[in-house]
Amino acid sequence: MQYKSQAVAKPYFIAAIGLFVGQILFGLIMGLQYVLGDFLFPAIPFNVARMVHTNLLIVWLLFGFMGGAYFLIPEESETELFSPKLALIMFWIFLVAGAATIVGYLAVPYATLAELTGNNIIETMGREFLEQPLPTKVGIVAVALVFLFNITMTVLKGKKTAISLVLLIGLWGLAVFYLFSFYNPANVVLDKFFWWWTVHLWVEGVWELILGSFLAFVLIKTTGVDREVIEKWLYVIVTLTLISGIIGTGHHYFWIGTPEYWQWWGSIFSALEPIPFFAMTVFAFNMVNRRRREHPNKAAVLWALGTGVMAFLGAGVWGFLHTLAPVNYYTHGTQITAAHGHMAFYGAYAMVNLMIISYAMPILRGRAANSNRSQVLEMWSFWLMTVSIVFITLFLTAAGILQVWLQRVSDTPLPFMVAQDKIALFYWMREWAGVAFLIGLIVYITSFFVSGEEKAS
Amino acid sequence: MSGAFTKSMARNIFYGGTVFFFLLFLALSFDTLSQLPKRDMRANMTPQIAEGKKLWETHNCIGCHTLLGEGAYFAPELGNVVVRYGDEGVKAFIQSRPKEGIPGRRSMPQFNFTDEQLNAIVAFLKHVNSINTNNWPPNSQG
Repeated sequence: MQYKSQAVAKPYFIAAIGLFVGQILFGLIMGLQYVLGDFLFPAIPFNVARMVHTNLLIVWLLFGFMGGAYFLIPEESETELFSPKLALIMFWIFLVAGAATIVGYLAVPYATLAELTGNNIIETMGREFLEQPLPTKVGIVAVALVFLFNITMTVLKGKKTAISLVLLIGLWGLAVFYLFSFYNPANVVLDKFFWWWTVHLWVEGVWELILGSFLAFVLIKTTGVDREVIEKWLYVIVTLTLISGIIGTGHHYFWIGTPEYWQWWGSIFSALEPIPFFAMTVFAFNMVNRRRREHPNKAAVLWALGTGVMAFLGAGVWGFLHTLAPVNYYTHGTQITAAHGHMAFYGAYAMVNLMIISYAMPILRGRAANSNRSQVLEMWSFWLMTVSIVFITLFLTAAGILQVWLQRVSDTPLPFMVAQDKIALFYWMREWAGVAFLIGLIVYITSFFVSGEEKAS
Repeated sequence: MSGAFTKSMARNIFYGGTVFFFLLFLALSFDTLSQLPKRDMRANMTPQIAEGKKLWETHNCIGCHTLLGEGAYFAPELGNVVVRYGDEGVKAFIQSRPKEGIPGRRSMPQFNFTDEQLNAIVAFLKHVNSINTNNWPPNSQG
């Protein structure tokens, strides 16, 4: 590793992978509850499992983003991190706060948790993805601010590259838009309207900047293509992201009480949202084809190519499938949404984190790349997890189409639960694909413990 | 990309484009906020409805159900549940959930709400049902 302080990234990556495992286990529990309704009831009701599943996702992605930034920024800035000590302290605070929150979800009823944690002071809980108790929310903001301070000071004292600037904008945006999670008026339309300023402007906005900068960084390192070329691409991609994605927020404003004109704004601009993802795919393949060196870390290159393709499919194509208002009228809030959510999050954000971990971890462990045996295993895990998520998405899409047909389009619409029973076969198949995903994840973790001849750094 | 298109041009388009579209988004949002009073029925807002929303949140209903299509997809849409079941039907359903669930079926927890709390929840759900949602959902099944 070029800078000693990059080492702080390591615990962040390890924690990210650990929480990822938890996310998948709870995903499997929920998948089973879809078909065996009373599984683990009343000990772990579906809503609790889902909170754990989605919150672990968010937290492990944040760990990955922070670890990635701590690894990337010193190298881009060509200077040691402003304060490695602060980064380690924040790691423990974030880990303990995150773990305590999950234990809280599982140990006491949610209403009790709200009572205990001061939800009466500022009512912020009980909204999808923002279920965290007040102390956790405050903790997230505190950790984010200290992290941003640390990263920003490092950039300010060192070299300022396009990659670190785009990353900084993405990370600052992440922190700023999270502040909307504290705004929860009694007016449910206003609540929903600004809830999306956190949720949409994260995943279809500033997070893509983080994704783009990580991807650009790894491509520079692994392909040796000229920085000027790569950074120009990065600017073009993030431009496309924000000019489509910001107004694209409107595709959430079709049916929640907001004016009709959002059906036009939201449909048109969100229909453009696949373009930046397509550009990312073209970018990754182009740079790898024009590579000037053969980097020994083949696995990292595979993740880089994979994240472009899967983000395009999951976020781009599966997003477009149901983003036009006349289509969304029928698909809104069905398994189609779930299908899109799974492939988009995996393709864009899980994979980009696995990419930066794949690139950085061997270096943090004192080598340029892992042994061949280890890399082969890692690439197996890539294919197992990726193919599994494709099948999860296809099965949920099939379930969603049937659900829409039976419950919404039919001349004699069926009640929700009757329709659910009729599509149970697809939920079973989704669950088996989920098991395959878990096997892929186990293979992934195993790859860290496989030795063999390593490539010297 | 040809040599004529430089990195600094790309950067300027990024900053310019982002600022322009963010300002446009803010303008649309301000217009929306000015139109919302006609659509979100805030004139009918009562402390009881606010209490219902709080109960909705602190029992994490969104973790299984959707409300105006947003939430989890494990249990039915509730934005129009008062149309399907009526006020009393909704209350009776919530009250009658068995503590240990229904064998083999997706089960809703027994929350032990008081009558006052049940009234607040129904008031909230009725309020949500009165919002102008551009005719969503397509039918009463949600």
